[in-house]
Amino acid sequence: MGSQMSLFGLHCLKGKEKEEERRIRANNREYNQLHKYATNAIKTSKYNMFSFLPLNLFEQFQRIANAYFLFLLILQVIPAISSLSWFTTVVPLVLVLAVSAAKDGSDDINRHKSDRQVNNRKVKVLLNGELRTEKWMDVQVGDIIKLENNHFVTADLLLLSSSEPLNLVYIETAELDGETNLKVRQALTITGDMGHNLEMLSAFDGELRCEPPNNRLDRFTGTLMFQGQKFSLDNEKVLLRGCTLRNTEWCFGLVIFAGPETKLMQNSGRTTFKRTSIDRMMNALVLCIFVFLVFMCTVLAIGNSIWEQQQGDFTTFLPRQDGVNAAFSGFLTFWSYVIILNTVVPISLYVSVEIIRLGNSFYIDWDRKMYYARSDTPAVARTTTLNEELGQIKYIFSDKTGTLTQNIMTFNKCSINGKCYGDVFDYSGQRLEMTEETEKVDFSYNPLADPKFSFHDHSLVEAVKLENPEVHAFFRLLALCHTAMAEEKTEGELLYQAQSPDEGALVTAARNFGFVFRSRTPETISIVEMGIQRNYELLTILDFNNVRKRMSVIVRSPEGKLSLYCKGADTVVYERLHPSCSKLMEVTTEHLSEFAGDGLRTLALAYKDLDESYFESWRQRHHEASTALDDREDKLDELYEEIEKNMLLLGATGIEDKLQDGVSHTIEQLSRADIKIWVLTGDKQETAENIGYSCNLLREEMSEVFTVAGTSPEEVRQELRTARIKMKPETGEGNVTIEGEGEILGKKSKLVQDEAVNGEYGLVINGHSLAYALDKTMELELLRTACMCKTVICCRVTPLQKAQVVELVKKYKRAVTLAIGDGANDVSMIKAAHIGVGISGQEGMQAVLSSDYSFAQFRYLQRLLLVHGRWSYLRMCKFLCYFFYKNFTFTFVHFWYAFFCGFSAQTVYDEWFITLYNLVYTALPVLGMSLFDQDVNDRWSFQYPQLYVPGQLNMYFSKTIFAKCVLHSGYSSLVVFFIPYAAMYNTVRDNGKDVADYQSFALLAQTCLLIAVCIQLGLDMAYWTAVNQFFVWGSLAVYFAITFAIYSNGIFLIFTSSFPFIGVARNTLNQANVWLTILLTTILCVLPVVAYRFLLMQLRPTINDKVRFKVRQTKASPPPPPRRARIRRTSSRRSGYAFSHAQGYGDLVTSRRFLRRAPVSRSTAFSPTARSPGKFLPTGRSAGYSPTGRQSNLRQDETSLQMYRAVKDPQI
Amino acid sequence: MMASSYNAKEEDGHHSVSAASGPSAGPSAKSKKPDNTAFKQQRLPAWQPILTAGTVLPAFFIIGLIFIPIGIGLFVTSNNIREFEVDYTGVDASSPCFTCSQTYSWNSSIPCKCAVSFSLEQPFESNVFMYYGLSNFYQNHRRYVKSRDDSQLNGDKASLRNPSKECEPYRSHDNKPIAPCGAIANSLFNDTLELFYIDPNGTRTQIPLVKKGIAWWTDKHVKFRNPGGNNFNLTVVFQGTTKPVNWRKYVYELDTDPENNGFVNEDFIVWMRTAALPTFRKLYRIIQKKSNMTPTLPRGNYTLDVTYNYPVRSFEGRKRMILSTISWMGGKNPFLGIAYITVGSVCFFLGVVLLIIHHKYGNRNNSADIPN
Repeated sequence: MGSQMSLFGLHCLKGKEKEEERRIRANNREYNQLHKYATNAIKTSKYNMFSFLPLNLFEQFQRIANAYFLFLLILQVIPAISSLSWFTTVVPLVLVLAVSAAKDGSDDINRHKSDRQVNNRKVKVLLNGELRTEKWMDVQVGDIIKLENNHFVTADLLLLSSSEPLNLVYIETAELDGETNLKVRQALTITGDMGHNLEMLSAFDGELRCEPPNNRLDRFTGTLMFQGQKFSLDNEKVLLRGCTLRNTEWCFGLVIFAGPETKLMQNSGRTTFKRTSIDRMMNALVLCIFVFLVFMCTVLAIGNSIWEQQQGDFTTFLPRQDGVNAAFSGFLTFWSYVIILNTVVPISLYVSVEIIRLGNSFYIDWDRKMYYARSDTPAVARTTTLNEELGQIKYIFSDKTGTLTQNIMTFNKCSINGKCYGDVFDYSGQRLEMTEETEKVDFSYNPLADPKFSFHDHSLVEAVKLENPEVHAFFRLLALCHTAMAEEKTEGELLYQAQSPDEGALVTAARNFGFVFRSRTPETISIVEMGIQRNYELLTILDFNNVRKRMSVIVRSPEGKLSLYCKGADTVVYERLHPSCSKLMEVTTEHLSEFAGDGLRTLALAYKDLDESYFESWRQRHHEASTALDDREDKLDELYEEIEKNMLLLGATGIEDKLQDGVSHTIEQLSRADIKIWVLTGDKQETAENIGYSCNLLREEMSEVFTVAGTSPEEVRQELRTARIKMKPETGEGNVTIEGEGEILGKKSKLVQDEAVNGEYGLVINGHSLAYALDKTMELELLRTACMCKTVICCRVTPLQKAQVVELVKKYKRAVTLAIGDGANDVSMIKAAHIGVGISGQEGMQAVLSSDYSFAQFRYLQRLLLVHGRWSYLRMCKFLCYFFYKNFTFTFVHFWYAFFCGFSAQTVYDEWFITLYNLVYTALPVLGMSLFDQDVNDRWSFQYPQLYVPGQLNMYFSKTIFAKCVLHSGYSSLVVFFIPYAAMYNTVRDNGKDVADYQSFALLAQTCLLIAVCIQLGLDMAYWTAVNQFFVWGSLAVYFAITFAIYSNGIFLIFTSSFPFIGVARNTLNQANVWLTILLTTILCVLPVVAYRFLLMQLRPTINDKVRFKVRQTKASPPPPPRRARIRRTSSRRSGYAFSHAQGYGDLVTSRRFLRRAPVSRSTAFSPTARSPGKFLPTGRSAGYSPTGRQSNLRQDETSLQMYRAVKDPQI
Repeated sequence: MMASSYNAKEEDGHHSVSAASGPSAGPSAKSKKPDNTAFKQQRLPAWQPILTAGTVLPAFFIIGLIFIPIGIGLFVTSNNIREFEVDYTGVDASSPCFTCSQTYSWNSSIPCKCAVSFSLEQPFESNVFMYYGLSNFYQNHRRYVKSRDDSQLNGDKASLRNPSKECEPYRSHDNKPIAPCGAIANSLFNDTLELFYIDPNGTRTQIPLVKKGIAWWTDKHVKFRNPGGNNFNLTVVFQGTTKPVNWRKYVYELDTDPENNGFVNEDFIVWMRTAALPTFRKLYRIIQKKSNMTPTLPRGNYTLDVTYNYPVRSFEGRKRMILSTISWMGGKNPFLGIAYITVGSVCFFLGVVLLIIHHKYGNRNNSADIPN
């Protein structure tokens, strides 16, 4: 949010002057043009044909690495300093710049294309009294445009008139805020009266004054002056760009903001730039390396001064340049060595890192095992720079609805009169696992049945057909006691609009079993009972709310019998049952806990017949109470309590909040990988807890599940502290102590260490308590307690709180966080976390668009982390280790040589070797390793999720590893220099001629070096594919080929001064002692490493070594994972009650004003593919959220009602 | 109504997402399912070596077993090489060249001569190579190394007249280009060494020294060429150039043999192949074996007659004369042999140590179950 605001702020600053107020005159282009408002053309591209080269180069040289190489290049052209020819830097630099420029260029071409596509869309504009089709980009502020059904809104518009009654239009805002339900906008009556009258519209000369462009999607303030009157304008009268017009034939709108000034564009753009921890560490290391480089150069420069002082008389043969004394010579040498030793910070490092990340991102895109066939969605790595971070995740923050669950409720089981239905047993009485193949109950006897409903237990249908009175009463209750609305478009095709998916599932179950709720009026409910239409008189709805946890209806049957039907939480209903059902209660309780154990949401159902006279008197009192001026709520509650008494238990329902496939397995795998999963959901506590149990996050075996639901800061603090002390008594009452202090790039940050506790604990924390707990004074207490628990569930949290929780963990834990979600309310958290994952194909695109990775199913997360993440991390670490090793080794040799060449910045190797070493000779093998390496394959990765742990602990690449790497290369460089030195000292060729000359020595040293680093690579590589073999051997072959080529007669005769090494290869590499030296050098480089690694494996094998050893032993694939039978938990005493709505619609249902607008238009707004077809569509969720995150969760409850209110109001 | 709005949503949605892909082909569009190739699914067949006791330990033993014999062979070979070295710098007052080393001047026209006597304890059997060795002479100094013009040395006429800037300050003299230019050429080693055998009866016999065939073939025939191709009249060819400052003769006066004169003079070529280290030796002459019966250099007393021209005292350099035979592995250098023997032994020893460790700990750790 902050970033968005700052972006907005920036934008304002950039503008020529800050716009205070916007004034627009309709149909007056001349006037509006005075203000120079932006036109509707958008431009997301950065360059054009001519600006590309300079701009792009300018941008690239802003990168520190590129600038550094430019600086080197400048040093190299100073003759007194130049220790290397210019081409050693120019060739790599040009290559790097070209690659980057090509990538930027192709990106920009794509942006141009999409810009052009959007800008060239057609829209009808009212110009000079007639409608003309214009391109979007030609639309200007103040124009009146006509939109038709299913058109995208062209710009931010003031709605003038529409085809619908009351000047309403319906819009879908999914692209804007992720909400898939339709929203209503209404024009002012005065403008709405113009209708489709083009003359009036073109004569319309209203003057609009409104706020300047901003990014607040939920707010708009302005006034319209028209016909001398002033009308105030708000968000309800504005259509924003990015919306789509639905169910509205046409509408006219006045353009307020166009193009870049629309709220959509003001909101867009990736505002957060994420970097991985490896990135940050690499930057720190590069700084260290620079310091080290300066240190080395200083040492050598001092050495040079001393040498010049002592060997000053060598000037007999080598006079100094004019005006250069020993000190100045040292100064020049410093810069010369900066050039020579620059390879410690190799330019190709950055390019290679990018290539590796890109490659690993492609693997994610290509993974068939993360492709979801049903929605044709492959996984997408939307950010290509975060891969290795996927291998280091410690905390996962997950949304619940749509992420863990499918948001589909199914009526799964029920208990009627002490008999449990819903399970299928085989002949031996063994309960069968439900699969796709399990035979479904045939509902064909019921023409009104919902074909998508499935149930497997035939005995329930038998019971219905046998007219078992309790079973009938059970379903009658379900058909009557609800606030759903039915709509019948064509005969027999019923569509229910339920307030919550639970209720929808119950009504649908009743429908399929032959008690079809068909329609309702405020006073009646008509249902079709076993084929016979019956109308019940609806007398009262005793509505649902969070305290009552139940709802009842009082109906009069066609026969005139008065009954009260009640459904609610088992705990609540049980207290109000007639003592006579105690026996049934026992049996039902058993069923209820069984349902709860299966993770089902349960409701208990009860009824009672009412006495006519008693009811009359109650009704009278009810009427009085509902019109009472004070204490109305209390009085009503009292009355409800009075009548909901002595009810008779009918049974219980078990509704499954369908988890996505493989969720619990995934969660188990992730927790075995020592990843902590926190669920952050906007749902109610019960629902969240329920899901916690059904997906194995919370378990019966847990020592305790703490619930924090305090309503004051003190209470919350106390609850947190109590929980903590219970988990770890020795931590005491005292204030939170901070056990560690970390320092990241000079910024000191406090760190909270992990504390180990005995036993497993869970923590459930409520949104309003969380608000207190997230306070500065308490956040550490919260974090500490929460981190001791294995599972944390936060319920009823706002989007902003989601982000705050993530920020909290990021701030005090040195851990990598991942947030996964599907809805617009998860955007803030996705942006806040180190890595954001969007579940695609669910609610809108908002989450996906702001995510770094997206895929269709939660279960792919384990593959993303345990396979792709782990491999990426491993590869990146191996790459960095090896890359630093090979460059340090390469460079340090120069350092040693300095002591034997008078610190004159003479290179050891041929300049061409220096140029090509990183680019050609060693580039592909290391790239091959970083793109193909895998320690064990994916199946073993799943088999042992513990393999993931080293990543979380940063074990493969850290400062220690880096230090080891430096030492290792120090050793190797000593070997690579001094073995050839000693072997060549005062020696000659086998024909007595020279072999200890500089050129032969250079060739020998560089060959030793190259072979040594190649063998080192072979040691590091765990996975030798044909490609790797090709790269390694190919590189060596290329080295020899190129060496012989550039040392050949031909090239010397053509470019005499550039290739002075003529004949060296031929004359040196035919010497036996040269090869013996090469062999000795390589063996000496490699032996200690092999011995050390072998010793480590023997003495302290890592998990990795063990698994690889096991793979080697079994030689084959891991044993197939045992088929996971759902573990039945019977010991539960927990209530499985959960119901996803907060406040009933009872008053709306009974009010005479309800639903003038057919609710069907709403349901069509959902794409049936987005949700599973035909199931009940949720409402309320994600409503009321705007990306600006300024809203509280209070509004969330309200907005789901807006739909109804919106129609209600105009009639008043 | 319902169906139509559903379609519209689909199309629009598609439209907006993949705008660049043009008009969408509707529901029959190609599936986005990734290809099932071993590469894309990261299932490329691979060889996965790991460091097990079964591979590491034998490797150590084998390396040990191979290295030790090689080392012994190298050591013996190196020891069989006869080498004799005499330092004639003249640092000590007692040494015969002391006077010469004191009275040195580049420009003195009278050569200073001195004779160093020495005796060989053992006869040198095969061809003997005579080297001059210099110490503390930084032929590998960066400015020194680059102070030459390869084009000029390759006979390029333009470079002959206008040598490369790298040659500064030895690029031109008296407004004439220097040929050969640069510091390397300028500091050409110009002592003359002659070897005499002193018979037991006192007669001095000059030992014939061959001065051709001491440079690399590629250097002599490709890298270094006189300007003007086959024109043997070098005086004409080098017309208009001057000699390097320190030289006493012009480059075309180095030898009388036209094959060995000018830039292709082998002493010059040898010198121009700069040494890698500040202590180095360069081939000066070859003493050919005459017959199988007599050794090339029988044991006995010798005198080395030195024409002392080359000043090294100022920077504490040293000049040596080395006589050496050679073998298949070149000159005498015991290092490789010793190194091979050492590395081989260490390998073997390490192998034993690792074997013990493996027996003690390895099995325990590797068979241990992987904790969950």
